[in-house]
Amino acid sequence: MTAATSTVGGNRWFSASTWRNLLRDYPIVPLTILLAVLVVLADILQPGLVNLSWVTATVRQAAVLGILAGCQTLTMLTGGIDLSVGYIASMAGFVTATFVHQPGGWPMGIAVSLVAAALAGLVSGVGIGIFKVHPLIVTLGMGLVVFGFANVWQLQSVQTGSGVPVEIRTIGSGTLGALPNDLLVFVPVAIVLILLLKRTGYGRMLYAIGDNPIAARLSGVRSWQVLVVLYALSGVLAGIAGLVQSGLSNTASVTLVQPYLLPSVAAAVIGGTSILGGRGGYSGTIIGALILTVLGSVLSIVLPEPWRQVVFGSLVVLVAAAYTRVTAEA
Amino acid sequence: MTAATTMMDQPRGGPADRIGSFARDNAWSLGLLGFLAVLLGFTKFVNPDYGLDSLQGTATSVLPLALAAVAQAVVVISGGIDLSVSSQMALTSCIAATLMKGYPGEDVAVGIVILVLFIGLLLGAINGALVVLTKVPDIVVTLSTFFVWAGFALLVSPAPGGSAAHWLTDLVVGSLGVSWLPKAAILLIVLVALIWVPLSRSRLGLSLYAIGSNPLAAFRSGVAVNRTKFLSYVITGLIAAFAGLSLTALTGSGTPVPESTYVLISIAAVVLGGVSLAGGIGGVFGPIVAVIVLQLIRDDMTFMQVDSNYGLVAQGLILIGVLMVGSLIQQRRSRA
Repeated sequence: MTAATSTVGGNRWFSASTWRNLLRDYPIVPLTILLAVLVVLADILQPGLVNLSWVTATVRQAAVLGILAGCQTLTMLTGGIDLSVGYIASMAGFVTATFVHQPGGWPMGIAVSLVAAALAGLVSGVGIGIFKVHPLIVTLGMGLVVFGFANVWQLQSVQTGSGVPVEIRTIGSGTLGALPNDLLVFVPVAIVLILLLKRTGYGRMLYAIGDNPIAARLSGVRSWQVLVVLYALSGVLAGIAGLVQSGLSNTASVTLVQPYLLPSVAAAVIGGTSILGGRGGYSGTIIGALILTVLGSVLSIVLPEPWRQVVFGSLVVLVAAAYTRVTAEA
Repeated sequence: MTAATTMMDQPRGGPADRIGSFARDNAWSLGLLGFLAVLLGFTKFVNPDYGLDSLQGTATSVLPLALAAVAQAVVVISGGIDLSVSSQMALTSCIAATLMKGYPGEDVAVGIVILVLFIGLLLGAINGALVVLTKVPDIVVTLSTFFVWAGFALLVSPAPGGSAAHWLTDLVVGSLGVSWLPKAAILLIVLVALIWVPLSRSRLGLSLYAIGSNPLAAFRSGVAVNRTKFLSYVITGLIAAFAGLSLTALTGSGTPVPESTYVLISIAAVVLGGVSLAGGIGGVFGPIVAVIVLQLIRDDMTFMQVDSNYGLVAQGLILIGVLMVGSLIQQRRSRA
């Protein structure tokens, strides 16, 4: 069903195929409209809800989700997925918190936790890139490994005591004028990711591997190197998300960020990144993360928790289905 | 891991050839069984009290996870994946426990069990219909229905509670006659024999492997791909309902929050059990053995007074390590 065949007469600006192409090429437009509708809906359901502090709170939550969804976007572009981000992120936040009363303090904690996150990602990358094991399984196993080690670390550090460092809390929950501080982390991350995907050869290689791994290999892409670096990068991103979340919630636990795992995949999918690889981008994912956060906020006004989960799940399927239908290249 | 392909090529020869080809076809499962034997020996070594009687405890604790792995195996063999298995288990378990508390009576419970199994079929049917009709990737669909089922489970029973009929508990707890014959193991064997064995020998079973192996080739050979895919989720739903019922039977209650590690471990066991994530290869025997192996490793570590969290680490490392070695062997073989 190409554009040429489906435009049977009629004004081309209103034909289905024009919209179809718009959705496929610029998913960010309809997604932004959807986001706006949700915000308006929130304000109708509870007048006065949408104010500065609500926006700040929403942006804060969406920032954490957005960074984690960045891990999924990058890995999904190559046809992979990273299911270890929840545990890696929680580990990073927790480990940093245990360093408060240790020599080196919080900078040491951040360094240690990010190195650990990168290392976990690196091992996943080796399994996926060199040993060619399915990403789903490798990152699943790595998640268990990281969770186990984080638990062990927890038992070791019971005596020394822990707490989220003030500096992290400032990043996570402070504000700079009207802007939440965690934008200081999120905006650079977003810029780096968007530029990485759009402007660098490395970014194009990610698309190439996801689109057609054999073609990529034949044109000289060393897939294994790309993948090893990719999963290490994903680990670091997850670590950063964990630090921000621990600052936001002022808690540190080994399962803190785990509830964000499935939404992070959903955010990337809603943002238009194909889980099969080769299509998508980070700007859509950002809107996807915002949509999911606002949706959660809207649902919490009108529904009790169990129904919220039901509606949340149903809507993700619906949006994904609409998406697949509209963008299907048959 | 090339069971399916070699099965077609082997000419039928004498008994020696047959044994040889059986060994080749089931190399992965046999290797896993060998590993299990070594592990049992090791268990006996670190815990001299571990005798035949202890098998009962192992079998009982493994039952829900083994059924979850079987459920996962069916859908993975046909080229899909079901991330909602654990919340299907939570939902069916909650419904069973809540109804059995509300309507006590040993006879009524039979009706409740049948109803819950139908609900399992329904949940699987919804998953399958969504995957087939919307064409959204299965990971995304089942990820979403994970939330939906978990939400319904919370609606059914906001807090852990309910009760289980006596006969249901009797069915899984304890041993049959002699002390070393755990009822849970018998039940598992019976269920697999009733569901999987006829299925794998039927036309539908062959279709499941066909669409998992190569959907296009299956379509061109006249397999109704969409219908088969749909049915694979329905069967998974049914087995997940059995898994949920076994949870109710074991704990005597329903817990609305799905055990987060169940999905992960069910997928891990399926892959360790020799089922290819790409579909079309494997069976349910391997995954069951893999679940027992994973459980024994944790039990041993608990007994050796290693911090139980290292059990998680070990499970993860074994999962990754075994697959890396397996993948390496496969690459070597295909290159040669």
